[in-house]
Amino acid sequence: MSFRTVQSLFFISMTLALVACDKSSEKQEVASNELLVRIGAVAPLTGPQAHLGKDNENGARMAIEDANAKGIMIGGKKVRFELISEDDQADPKTATIVAQKLVDSKVSGVIGHLNSGTTIPAARIYNDNGIAQISPSATAVAYTSQGYKTAFRVMANDAQQGLVLGQYAATRLGGKKIAVIDDRTAYGQGLADEFVKAAEAAGAQIVAHEYTSDKAVDFTAVLTAVKGKHPDLLFYGGMDAQGGPMARQIKALALNVKFMMGDGGYTPEFIKLAGEAAEGTYASLPGVPLDKMPGGKAFSERFVAKYQPIQLYAPYSYDAVNVMIAAMQKADSADPAQYMPALANISHDGITARIQFDAKGDLKGGAVTLYQFQQGTWQALETVGAGTAN
Amino acid sequence: MTRGSRQQQKLMFWLMLGAVLLLPFLTDAVLGRGWVRILDFAMLYIMLALGLNIVVGYAGLLDLGYIAFFAVGAYCYALAGSPHLALAFPAVLPEGLHLSFWLVLPLAALVAGGFGVLLGAPTLRLRGDYLAIVTLGFGEIIRIFVNNLNAPVNLTNGPQGISRIDPVELAGMSLNTEQQLFGLTLPSVHLYFYLFLAFTAAVIFVSHRLEKSRIGRAWMAIREDEIAASAMGIDTRNLKLLAFAMGAMFGGVSGALFAGFQSFVSPESFSLMESIMVLCMVVLGGMGNIRGVILGGLILALLPEILRHSIVPLQQSLFGKTIIDPEALRMVLFGTALIAVMLYRPAGLWPSRVRRRELESDEVAS
Amino acid sequence: MEIFFQQLINGLVQGSVYALVALGYTMVYGILGLINFAHGEVVMIGAMLALSALNALIGWDVSPLLALPFSLVFAMAGCMALGYGIERIAYRPLRHAPRLAPLITAIGLSIVLQNLAMMIWGREYHSFPPLISNQSHHIGGAIINDIQIIIIIMALAIMSGLMIVVHRTRLGRAMRAVAENQHAAQLMGVDINRVISITFMLGSALAAIAGLMVSANYGLAHYYMGFMLGLKAFTAAVLGGIGNLRGAMLGGLLLGLIESLGAGYIGDLTGGFMGSNYQDVLAFFVLIAVLVFRPSGLLGERLAERA
Repeated sequence: MSFRTVQSLFFISMTLALVACDKSSEKQEVASNELLVRIGAVAPLTGPQAHLGKDNENGARMAIEDANAKGIMIGGKKVRFELISEDDQADPKTATIVAQKLVDSKVSGVIGHLNSGTTIPAARIYNDNGIAQISPSATAVAYTSQGYKTAFRVMANDAQQGLVLGQYAATRLGGKKIAVIDDRTAYGQGLADEFVKAAEAAGAQIVAHEYTSDKAVDFTAVLTAVKGKHPDLLFYGGMDAQGGPMARQIKALALNVKFMMGDGGYTPEFIKLAGEAAEGTYASLPGVPLDKMPGGKAFSERFVAKYQPIQLYAPYSYDAVNVMIAAMQKADSADPAQYMPALANISHDGITARIQFDAKGDLKGGAVTLYQFQQGTWQALETVGAGTAN
Repeated sequence: MTRGSRQQQKLMFWLMLGAVLLLPFLTDAVLGRGWVRILDFAMLYIMLALGLNIVVGYAGLLDLGYIAFFAVGAYCYALAGSPHLALAFPAVLPEGLHLSFWLVLPLAALVAGGFGVLLGAPTLRLRGDYLAIVTLGFGEIIRIFVNNLNAPVNLTNGPQGISRIDPVELAGMSLNTEQQLFGLTLPSVHLYFYLFLAFTAAVIFVSHRLEKSRIGRAWMAIREDEIAASAMGIDTRNLKLLAFAMGAMFGGVSGALFAGFQSFVSPESFSLMESIMVLCMVVLGGMGNIRGVILGGLILALLPEILRHSIVPLQQSLFGKTIIDPEALRMVLFGTALIAVMLYRPAGLWPSRVRRRELESDEVAS
Repeated sequence: MEIFFQQLINGLVQGSVYALVALGYTMVYGILGLINFAHGEVVMIGAMLALSALNALIGWDVSPLLALPFSLVFAMAGCMALGYGIERIAYRPLRHAPRLAPLITAIGLSIVLQNLAMMIWGREYHSFPPLISNQSHHIGGAIINDIQIIIIIMALAIMSGLMIVVHRTRLGRAMRAVAENQHAAQLMGVDINRVISITFMLGSALAAIAGLMVSANYGLAHYYMGFMLGLKAFTAAVLGGIGNLRGAMLGGLLLGLIESLGAGYIGDLTGGFMGSNYQDVLAFFVLIAVLVFRPSGLLGERLAERA
């Protein structure tokens, strides 16, 4: 017994010591005339969504570097911003752990998380500790409806994007009989349900609602079922990895419909996987096309030169950091309690849209742009909703 | 290994207890609260592993869908302790149910236990590999149902999950907010640490008593040789069902605790990988041995964090970038550990005495 | 009617894919009484190897007609080596251990293979070059394309080939002897280690073929593709009667049909209460029902004593 007890105590203390070393190396000296402001960025940096997570991280990193280059002054001191990047592995448990860690390292605000399933449980921890959180990509309506004053997002939520998509499908694309497939993830199901509501309200008939999963590769059975209902438009609520192969199988089954996806389809991956079948696909992206916004084109050029092609949400992540810094400047404080009211009332011209928050912390207006894949590129068709610059 | 006198043992026990009670404060001071949270999760996993240990370790029934019971427990409290049911039944429950955690807890245990029997009953005749596949299927079925039961009646809110779950309350104080007790400031994660510690201790106690009881010995007899066991007059059918039910109840209890702690549950927390993780804890530590299972749970719950904090910086300094994903490395390590343990230490890192004796006598015999 | 016919074809194609994989499960089970959990991952590795070889060859301007068979052979060779290694490292030392042991190593292997594949080939979906002619044919209003026809023919051909190997050759006789009684077979001069190794290698070669066919059909390969496929194929093998080659074929086709017809019509049958979101549940329900009510499967015999 005694030997084993010592053994386990030794084990615990070793573990503690090991990580203690790790932690002590993080401490950095700060010059006295400088104000160090830490901003956390959370996304899955490992796991199946690592490419999207890295994209978010890079967007935030670029904003931080830009801000440091500008030499921003807060409270009479020159500010040095520091990005603390954490990996939540797209797992709700890990999300709360890293949220707690960011609170420990005294961040002034957090950019994240990527998914709704991680953003929602983490929001409570930021709220309990009074830290502002801006998600660049979580779209579930529930995130901002938990009653937390600390929760914001710079991305149209499912209700906003689904509304635009549904209306557009039913009116501009002339969809009378619409079929819907969703992938039973928080994102896909949330978007598809809002799409259905909006399309029905706009006079379309939902003739089929079928389902698949975010790991499936075979959609022939559900597509055949859809075919039997003779729709003129098919909406898929889900990501590129399934949307691409689905586009192919739609073609193989000679299913003669307009194929439409949300922002999950607006990726390089979709084009790669769909091949020729990508032609004619509709997709949406919240905000205004980058090259129509001031600084948007410059951003995408610099981003591509520095990192890699934009996957999806890097511009939103960039905007999220900038809007947070703008609020700090306006309040002349990096203390969340001080700058949070300024953040709630801000009007900031970002590269994705003019960013203003409503009472819940959602994006006011929630502009969404619709694209169609034509001759090898995504062509912007129309930007719907308010919130555009000018 | 020297065996200390009774007094020394007593002293060590109190020292150990003191160390564990101080642990959250120590961890908080040295590493920060994030790590206290990790310890909290580690204890939830230990409870799960001890529950699975009853099924796999004692009764020898390989269960690959164990996380389903965790899900059942979590959803029990999520439904009973959140405003969600107001969506499904606005006429009856305009505010949701909001039952007290302490009322739901035994309920969650019972419901999970019921599901355990539901799984156990049709699979009694199956042994070994078939049982593994069927339990795996059962786990997936539960997850798929939870993921889809938002229509026609919105029972589980589907993939969106249930948020705003009430915190656990103890003697009128919410464990989600900082509390002042005995002149100490106890943040939420510390409070949950002590709550989980108490539950873990209870689970350990129950496991220990079960192991030493007639039931425990009967389970082990079934594990070693079912035919011989039934020939000795053991009611194998009821005992196997009991093992499933007991294991499931432990899972249900830790699930309810999880829901209160996270205040949010969604189906993605209950994937097949989680079942396999818990199984790894049991196998790695030593099937059938409480101490081994605790050790296994602790190692596997802490390992991902330790890897993340050692592998990534190490690679950064060596190559300037991260070549091997710590998550992939962790999984490869788990997989390799499973194989290695089975090949070289089939009784686990910390084998039970009975198991070791069996293995030694096997060697003599062969 | 035309839709029903299309669902039948969908089910047949999907079922043939399951059957191809299920044959590998059944062969190993027939001889060792062991579920090779890692078989689905071998299928995935086969697909990845074939794809890598194919892309490399096309990069060197080799004609597709030559590149395709070569990459298939390459993938088969790779998988045979892998299958041999798996048996040697993870299963042979545990041949006399309790049943739980090889099962747990199999799970471990499956995790290791999946994550190693992810480290090597990355997390992204790899698209399959459109080499094989993908002409579609209309049969009574339903559509089937060349790759799908090849898959169905391949599955039947391989099953028949295996039947001939098992029932008409010396090796087959040795295999059946080992399946019947390992000790007796050994006494009769059968080199059981060799027979078991060959069985694993044969099963893995089949896995490579299945992998290539699957990724050609869907136009993609992914490190995660083997896991669910393996589970479904196992279900198919159990449904048909595990250990029985014709059973694997029958079970595969049946499961494919159940899934596609189920996904297509479950909504109408349950009045909209359940939809195609329960597609994956069907396979598991079938599995549980078969194991509970007819554990020997449709064509299997004397399985109860083995389980």
